[in-house]
Amino acid sequence: MKKVLFGLTLTELKATVTELGLPAFTAKQITDWLYKKNVTSIKDMTNLSKKARELLAENYEVGLLKPQSQQESKDGTKKYLYQTKSNQFIEAAYLPEENRNTLCVSSQVGCKMGCLFCMTGRQGFQKQLSAGEIINQIASLPEFDTLTNVVYMGMGEPMDNIENVLKSLEILTSDWGYAWSPRRINVSTIGVVPAMRRFIEESDAHLAISLHSPFHGERKQLMPIESVYSAEKIIEALRDYDFGRQRRISFEYIMFKGINDTPEHVKGLTTLLNGLRCRLNLIHFHPIPDSPLLGSDQRTMEWFRDKLSEKGITTTIRRSRGEDIYAACGLLSTKKLIQTKEEGDY
Amino acid sequence: MTTERKRIGLQAVTLEKKVEITTGVYYLAFEKTFDFVAGQVIALSLDAEKDPRLYSIASGSQSNEIGILFDIHPDGELTPPLSQLEVGQKALMSMPFGKFIWDGEPAMWIATGTGIAPFLSMIQSQENSNITLLHGAKRQEQFYFQTLFEDKMGTNYLRFCTTESGKGLIEGRLTTYLANHDTLRKDIKYYLCGNSQMVVDVRQLLLAKDIPFDHIIAEIYF
Repeated sequence: MKKVLFGLTLTELKATVTELGLPAFTAKQITDWLYKKNVTSIKDMTNLSKKARELLAENYEVGLLKPQSQQESKDGTKKYLYQTKSNQFIEAAYLPEENRNTLCVSSQVGCKMGCLFCMTGRQGFQKQLSAGEIINQIASLPEFDTLTNVVYMGMGEPMDNIENVLKSLEILTSDWGYAWSPRRINVSTIGVVPAMRRFIEESDAHLAISLHSPFHGERKQLMPIESVYSAEKIIEALRDYDFGRQRRISFEYIMFKGINDTPEHVKGLTTLLNGLRCRLNLIHFHPIPDSPLLGSDQRTMEWFRDKLSEKGITTTIRRSRGEDIYAACGLLSTKKLIQTKEEGDY
Repeated sequence: MTTERKRIGLQAVTLEKKVEITTGVYYLAFEKTFDFVAGQVIALSLDAEKDPRLYSIASGSQSNEIGILFDIHPDGELTPPLSQLEVGQKALMSMPFGKFIWDGEPAMWIATGTGIAPFLSMIQSQENSNITLLHGAKRQEQFYFQTLFEDKMGTNYLRFCTTESGKGLIEGRLTTYLANHDTLRKDIKYYLCGNSQMVVDVRQLLLAKDIPFDHIIAEIYF
């Protein structure tokens, strides 16, 4: 099987062309074709010598893959299904709005984190996406030209695939790549602290942290990661950095009826986030089958927002999008497409 | 953004014992330089420039060693060289952290594969007459430290083997056992440790049996 060029960084391409005995400047030419001119075939890289194209084509292909199918919500949200070369499936959600068009991309096939409220978690973990497979969701999007923002909030935990996520961000934001401003990109995490530190140090993109409760015991029931990296430890790590005025830290807070929507939670959040320049996004819970959790009603969410705002925490309620096509927050899943090959250990 | 790299603090510790329990599965015991609570994890690395990986401590809290249990991931960055580490050589270890901690109350512990490690620590750290342990594995040799568990827990230690049969083994899946179990107690805690799919599947089964979600405590290996 031929190796894929799409998703290689400039450094990786320099190593590739050197190995093939081609001049080093060929690497920069290739990045132009891949990330600026969006070619889908090596033969279209017309400023490369014939010999270079032949050598490349013997071992490599561009490897850009179009989405396999799409669904459209009544609110205009679109969900795209992509098949990887290893015959696994991921989803990406396109969310058009009046002033911005956002793509929510996946970073893994499945997820290892097992959060109680998430459909992706239900399918377990199948594969890390390569940088190319992450960027492919963006570059192959039919609406690519209208895209203004990308959020890494689809399937998977980005910090559990930090190498490839950082590579994909390098391709998106470098001058030799798509040259996007990192301020157009928001990467989400449940708080895998060491990788989150790397992300903060090696990228300038915004950071969103899934919090969902300020209390240890409660967060542990919702998110097993709390047993290892507690909310307290996450905040402690964030306090080590100066994020300046341009870079945004936000916290995602799915609201569960009678569980994390009480006055005690307002107090707990106020204490936990004290002094941290951040915003809090309240998210409607989109019920998943056989879940013991229910979503808070709109009135409670508004009350919660107002109380937190009074305490000085910038708080917003995120509008639900694409619920009817299972594209909303926490609903992405390709479990039905997984083919189990062998007997497991339980 | 210019920032100084901040890493988890690691200190050099000496490997004091190495046991290959079965092909590709190791128990390593390092010198003990700190106290810990059973159920905690440490971050471990062999190279200060590389990100450490997390391991549940498998030794008892009163023991004078810090033990870990792991299987080799052929494509992994750390487990292949870790399996080559020899007694007397050093690794880099963090202070213990994490709170997958048993409260001493009656409970059911459920593990697959090397997910048995925190329970191995717990069982060596305090009395446990009120515990049932369910351990699932593909093959007989994967019931690590089974003699110790049998000695400490007797009939409360249940082994579920999905591909082999043998003395004392329950053939089949532990999920089948749970699904067919009509009298799972709702007043006890369920501690789950293993890969994410097992944790998710078992959690769904328990929820379907009306076990309150706040009685299900999980640690996921990632």
